[in-house]
Amino acid sequence: MYAFTYHKPTSARQAATLLAKKEDAKLLAGGHTLLPTMKQRLASPAAIVDLGACADLKGITLKGRNIVIGAMTTHAEVAASAEVQAAIPALAYLASHIGDPHVRHRGTIGGSVANNDPAADYPAALLALGATVITNKRKLTAEEFFTGLYETALEEGEIITKVSFPLVSKAGYAKFRNPASRYAMVGVFVAKRGSDVRVAVTGAGEGGVFRWPEAETALKVRFSPKSLDGFKHGSKGINGDIHADPEYRAHLIGVMTRQAVAQATGK
Amino acid sequence: MTTVSLTVNGKAVSANIDPRTLLVQFLRENLRLTGTHVGCDTSQCGACLVHIDGKAVKACTTLAVSVDGAAITTIEGLAQDGKLHPMQEAFREHHGLQCGFCTPGMIMSAVDMVNRRGHELDEKTIREDLDGNICRCTGYHNIVKAIAAGAEAMGKAGVTTRQAAE
Ligand SMILES: Cc1cc2nc3c(=O)[nH]c(=O)nc-3n(C[C@H](O)[C@H](O)[C@H](O)COP(=O)(O)OP(=O)(O)OC[C@H]3O[C@@H](n4cnc5c(N)ncnc54)[C@H](O)[C@@H]3O)c2cc1C
Ligand code: FES
Ligand code: FES
Repeated sequence: MYAFTYHKPTSARQAATLLAKKEDAKLLAGGHTLLPTMKQRLASPAAIVDLGACADLKGITLKGRNIVIGAMTTHAEVAASAEVQAAIPALAYLASHIGDPHVRHRGTIGGSVANNDPAADYPAALLALGATVITNKRKLTAEEFFTGLYETALEEGEIITKVSFPLVSKAGYAKFRNPASRYAMVGVFVAKRGSDVRVAVTGAGEGGVFRWPEAETALKVRFSPKSLDGFKHGSKGINGDIHADPEYRAHLIGVMTRQAVAQATGK
Repeated sequence: MTTVSLTVNGKAVSANIDPRTLLVQFLRENLRLTGTHVGCDTSQCGACLVHIDGKAVKACTTLAVSVDGAAITTIEGLAQDGKLHPMQEAFREHHGLQCGFCTPGMIMSAVDMVNRRGHELDEKTIREDLDGNICRCTGYHNIVKAIAAGAEAMGKAGVTTRQAAE
């Protein structure tokens, strides 16, 4: 790891000032993506701004018809939250299946969303639930926020402060894990709010997380795994690697979608 | 250089360190607590597990300066008054190790599991929760047995790491 100067602000505002002032500065959240990258010398920021002491970035609150989660809230905290379990159980379930227990003790929702790993879990939840990413500058819908492989709409010096999830009537998440890394080989989050249904797929897309409109249309008619009988996602634009080729991943999209709907409908 | 102050196994320590010092380096090289191992250095294996304020964390993926002010428990902090912690005793009793390299991390993971889930752990739960700990030798079978027995023994003895650390 290359040397850097270390800064530990106590609020998001202070963090933003430091980011603007220090050349080549990077935010540190749980460090479970950034530190391995720095150890491999794939990143070498000159300054680290550690968000660990920013109390205003932590915590989970129910605000009207939304669950609002602070950027520095860990995966373990989301998984264990009584509010999240009651409001959107599928979201707590998703958080409880990220990596392993130790990763969940450090990794945060803000870090995960900012990183937009194509195999990460949270992006699927944000897209399917129609979440809003709140930064120190503006509010972005999940669609506006995730722009491509490891790419987001975040600008220089912009900090995610919260993610707001509107409540839904039904939601489910199913992930076929890479048995070694635990990242999603394919993960599908389905959500139903009123007559609207969204299906978001992670782990499979060459450009990161995406929606599956055909399945959404079928599920709007009837929200049941049966509505997807015989449904197959095409393998164009789907990732292939040593773990699974595009055809296999495409097949898994169908299987995981049916499982996610079954979970959402309690069947 | 940055100052870091921690409570490690109940003792206050303070040092001036390069900010890029990983917690595992600080423990092993500055404090000479070499029971915490480095197995992979890529955040996968869990050999470097320690408890930070009572929660198991990979010390190879944590900056020492980030946890300034925290209470750290390492494998060296588990035994009390020359007597092995019930989880250590269970690993000995059930032969939950071969080369022993993964063992400190396995035991810190096991105690964390008990802290989170209580004293009655079934095989499925133990195997699921061992996701973050890799062993190249044992095939896990005896580790799983040792954890189930150690969890029960901790219940009988009324021990958690949090108590051991404080
Ligand atoms: C062994 C292992 C297994 C894993 N398995 C999974 C898995 O199954 N599923 C999964 O989804 N993830 C998995 N992860 C990733 C894990 O969830 C990471 O913690 C997460 O992706 C990054 O979060 P972090 O808090 O650690 O962020 P960091 O590593 O600290 O930061 C990541 C990036 O986000 C930026 N950033 C952080 N916070 C903010 C903010 N508030 N605003 C703007 N930018 C910010 C940082 O500058 C950095 O570029 C795994 C990680 C490991 C080590
Ligand atoms: S050495 Fe830390 S996880 Fe392997
Ligand atoms: S006993 Fe050798 S690695 Fe586990």
